[in-house]
Amino acid sequence: MSIAVNPPPAEDVQLSNDEIIRYSRHLIMPEVTLSGQRKLKDAKVLCVGTGGLGSPVALYLAAAGVGNIGMVDYDIVEANNLQRQIIHGTSTIGQLKVESAKNRLLDINPHINITVHNNLFTSQNALELAEPYDLIIDGTDNFPTRYLVNDVCVLQNKPNVYGSIFRFEGQVSVFWAEHGPCYRCLFPEPPPPGLVPSCAEGGVLGILPGTIGTMQATEAIKLIVGIGEPLIGKLLLYDALAMSVDTVRLKKSPDCVICSSQPTITELIDYEQFCGMPLHDQTDEEGAGEEWDITVSQLNDKFKEGAPIRLIDVREDFEWDIVHLPQAELIPMGDLPGRLSEFDTTDEHVIMCRTGGRSAQMLQLLVSAGITKVKNLKGGIRAWATEIDTELPIY
Amino acid sequence: MPNIRIPTPLRTYTNGDTDITVKGNTVGEALHDLTNQHVELKQHLYNEDGKLRAFVNIFLDGDDVRNLNGENTALNPESSLRIVPSVAGGCMYKHTLNMNGNQ
Ligand SMILES: [Zn+2]
Repeated sequence: MSIAVNPPPAEDVQLSNDEIIRYSRHLIMPEVTLSGQRKLKDAKVLCVGTGGLGSPVALYLAAAGVGNIGMVDYDIVEANNLQRQIIHGTSTIGQLKVESAKNRLLDINPHINITVHNNLFTSQNALELAEPYDLIIDGTDNFPTRYLVNDVCVLQNKPNVYGSIFRFEGQVSVFWAEHGPCYRCLFPEPPPPGLVPSCAEGGVLGILPGTIGTMQATEAIKLIVGIGEPLIGKLLLYDALAMSVDTVRLKKSPDCVICSSQPTITELIDYEQFCGMPLHDQTDEEGAGEEWDITVSQLNDKFKEGAPIRLIDVREDFEWDIVHLPQAELIPMGDLPGRLSEFDTTDEHVIMCRTGGRSAQMLQLLVSAGITKVKNLKGGIRAWATEIDTELPIY
Repeated sequence: MPNIRIPTPLRTYTNGDTDITVKGNTVGEALHDLTNQHVELKQHLYNEDGKLRAFVNIFLDGDDVRNLNGENTALNPESSLRIVPSVAGGCMYKHTLNMNGNQ
């Protein structure tokens, strides 16, 4: 059964002749027509995140004529984003993502309004930011923001068009508490932070957010125009390697802390505390604690002094092939627990990875195994390539 | 025999296998057989008390087993189970190691 987010737009929401030409392929479809296109023009959609998922979502919503698009992001365009964040380009590296995205969208469609919020989406600003919008697109990359987006949508009774990706697999749903389950009904609690690797280290097939994001945009457009069957109470599971799409059924949880009849959450909470991790993926690389850190310049000095240090690189072999330090030896983290006998407790060790997150985990493992003369290379090989040997590639 | 679909991140612990045939008359028995076949999976699916982790969702023929009979839900030989992980865009829970070092 189709559900529309909004009542039909006011009489004064009309299309200009330019817009009629632009949207003619919509206007001649009986499911859309002029009335559907006017609904699109009248709609207000907030994209939280303008990264891998937010890129195709915003591009297609803009092209389709969604009249008011808001974008929240705090980040800057980097070269390693361009493999999947197609709203940005080589010429916008270094710009604010929201500015880069706004310019691209207005180039596609000058007839729409773009509002940018160059901020983190937080408990402090989320309700106010989301208030003017009819529908929220969750294109975020971390658990705290996902729970925040969900709770904002439940509290403001808005649909949450959810998409999520990992490597070759994606999930899509529409969480709308008034009509079905919410995100918390499916995932009542986040995985403990110890079980979550950094996003940067998880990897993702560049085209995957394209597939999932366009599905999110499709759901948003269906909800705005009020056609088809929305993915409410259903979770779509996509596997790019198998090229399989499955749908499982979801139900509202009678115990849901926010959308059940007896909610215990009635206002936004501290999501970083709830998830035990920050609202962005940039400090996922939690160190082992300052006392365990060694900086790249300190390590470089030690090498220059000829200090006997065993430098262990715990990345994967395919990462080692991209770049490694000549002093290092490779023990991928998955192998390390089985190779503890190769460590001498009297040796000085430095553990390294790409950015210092995995090595911090491995350091804890070594320390708990009694190998205590260990340091964690702060910032990993990225820091080395930035500060010590700038000839090295950064990935 | 029932079949379990393994999501990408957990395939590391099933030698890359995506679909695993298991023995068992209930969801719980099938999952136990799965973790017997692939011991490393156990810590990803169960907590220290032997309970299914709260963020691990198990679906039987398209329905969340929490909406059926949980781990006691009966299976038939054609049953198809799948594990649906909690994923946060590029991130996904992944218990790479037991921090005590005793795998
Ligand atoms: Zn709920």
